[in-house]
Amino acid sequence: MFQSTPVTGRQDTEGLTPLPCPILPLKGEVSNRSQFLMKTIDLSAASVRDLNQALHDQAKQITEHAWTITHPDGKHNIAAGVDEALKIDIYGHAGYYCAGMNKKADVIIHGNAGVGVAENMMSGSVRVKGSASQSAGATAHGGLLVIEGDAGARCGISMKGIDIVVRGNAGHMSCFLGQAGRLVICGDVGDNLGDSLYEVHIYVKGRVKSLGSDCIEKEMRPEHLLELTELLERAGVKENPEAFRRYGSARQLYNFKVDNAHAY
Amino acid sequence: MPFVLSLSKDITHISKSFDKPGPNEFERGFSRASFATEQESYAMCGIVGLYLKNKALEPQLGALFEPMLLSMTERGPDSAGFAIYGDEVPEDKIKLTLQAQDESFDWASLVDKLEKKLGQPINWFRNATAAVLKTKAPEAEARAAIAEFAPEVHVMSAGRSIEILKGIGLPTEVTERFTLGKMKGSHIIGHTRMATESAVTMAGSHPFSTGADLCLVHNGSLSNHFLLRQELRRKGIVFETDNDSEVAAGYLAWRLKQGGSLAEALDGALQDLDGFFTFAVGTRDGFAVIRDPIACKPAVLAETGDYVAMASEYRAFATLPGIENAKVWEPEPATLYVWERH
Repeated sequence: MFQSTPVTGRQDTEGLTPLPCPILPLKGEVSNRSQFLMKTIDLSAASVRDLNQALHDQAKQITEHAWTITHPDGKHNIAAGVDEALKIDIYGHAGYYCAGMNKKADVIIHGNAGVGVAENMMSGSVRVKGSASQSAGATAHGGLLVIEGDAGARCGISMKGIDIVVRGNAGHMSCFLGQAGRLVICGDVGDNLGDSLYEVHIYVKGRVKSLGSDCIEKEMRPEHLLELTELLERAGVKENPEAFRRYGSARQLYNFKVDNAHAY
Repeated sequence: MPFVLSLSKDITHISKSFDKPGPNEFERGFSRASFATEQESYAMCGIVGLYLKNKALEPQLGALFEPMLLSMTERGPDSAGFAIYGDEVPEDKIKLTLQAQDESFDWASLVDKLEKKLGQPINWFRNATAAVLKTKAPEAEARAAIAEFAPEVHVMSAGRSIEILKGIGLPTEVTERFTLGKMKGSHIIGHTRMATESAVTMAGSHPFSTGADLCLVHNGSLSNHFLLRQELRRKGIVFETDNDSEVAAGYLAWRLKQGGSLAEALDGALQDLDGFFTFAVGTRDGFAVIRDPIACKPAVLAETGDYVAMASEYRAFATLPGIENAKVWEPEPATLYVWERH
């Protein structure tokens, strides 16, 4: 069911939209970095449960740094709950909650992602080569999520520290209740961006259909340009930071207002 | 030629013919609603549709579609159904799909009585608990005669091409009952149900007929169905169940009876139906997909040179040939997508 193939470097994998990707420097204990094991798991034969158990087992002792997952076929929860600095490539379209709760791992989805990709991510990175469905990066505390296509509705809903970079458009209610982190959208955004926003820094290059309650446009100061430049660079997205506008919280909904006491 | 003619100006519409994909298919359709808060529902259900552009695949329609429907079992294990289009009768004939509760129902004797009453020959065949009747008799007369001789029999669909087959049980039981895998046709839409609003019955299963060769499958739930049902009853629309989706179907049937186009009827649905929904509507020539402005119910579309497919989740496409090279995307909120053969 599981095949372990010793290879040097990354191999082209059979499956959907294979894309060559550079090897990132491996973290952790590796005696010989030029040669390592890459595990290929074919989800048309193995179950997601088996896959995720194998990935979770790496938290005890790393035996495989690089993982290739083929035939994801829209299955849910692929590579959810990983807790080690693994490199995971998924060739094809992933279903709901892919790479949810990710810690430390770098996950690349060579296809589209379903609802809630990288939801509750803590650290590491998730890159979606295609588009992502709704609630991408929901409630995530850290790490970097890059969506090379479009993001659906509610991108970054209740985000708590994650950085999200969307190269295309994002849907309505994006960054709803966003608490911390940065959300960068290179295309257009739908209705009610940043509704009930706390402290997320939002940068949008395209058109904003409408802003949600308590979300306002803010001045782009040098420190914001610097922050955005660094973020775009880290995401590998070539855009001119000066073409973006910044949005943030007006901070009017933070606390109970005594003016509203008569309503009770 | 575009199918959709007029919609409210703040509704984006996307119309496509099979020959010429529209230039605006990725155009953004923003929702009309302004919402301070939104509800997330855990109501499930799965919807799937498959339209074959390549006629050579028509003998395999059922075989291609069955795994799509079964892949949505987790989303809807209570009941399942599908509306298949094919085996079209000539313009002067009508095809009725009837369903009895009982497998041992005596269809031959019912057809006998109908032929005598209607004065027209009836070609017919039985498929498990259902029977398909083809006749030159007018639809209204045929319906009245069926109601007279066999009040317990449901008329599932009427038209020249459509056959609706549905029932309670796991989707696999339903598809096996009707041997879906061997069916031929040009297009098909189906539904797996997890009931939230009303009882699990055959009549409460989807698809719902909304007129000649028209049907509806629904994923979501409607909050104003009770009032709307009362209003539609006053307008003469007949309802068999307390099901919210049946109200949506009745609403479309009413709009279409008023003379509106399918696009106008669906545009009206966006304004008059309160709740959340993804609808797939089967028509004689194709199908349409629309999501409510909040769009919390999922939908995915896929298109290749051979077919257009829609589903609640990508999982349903995994077994389709050539899916790895298909264009796959999510339909926008409050945006009408129509495919039809020209």
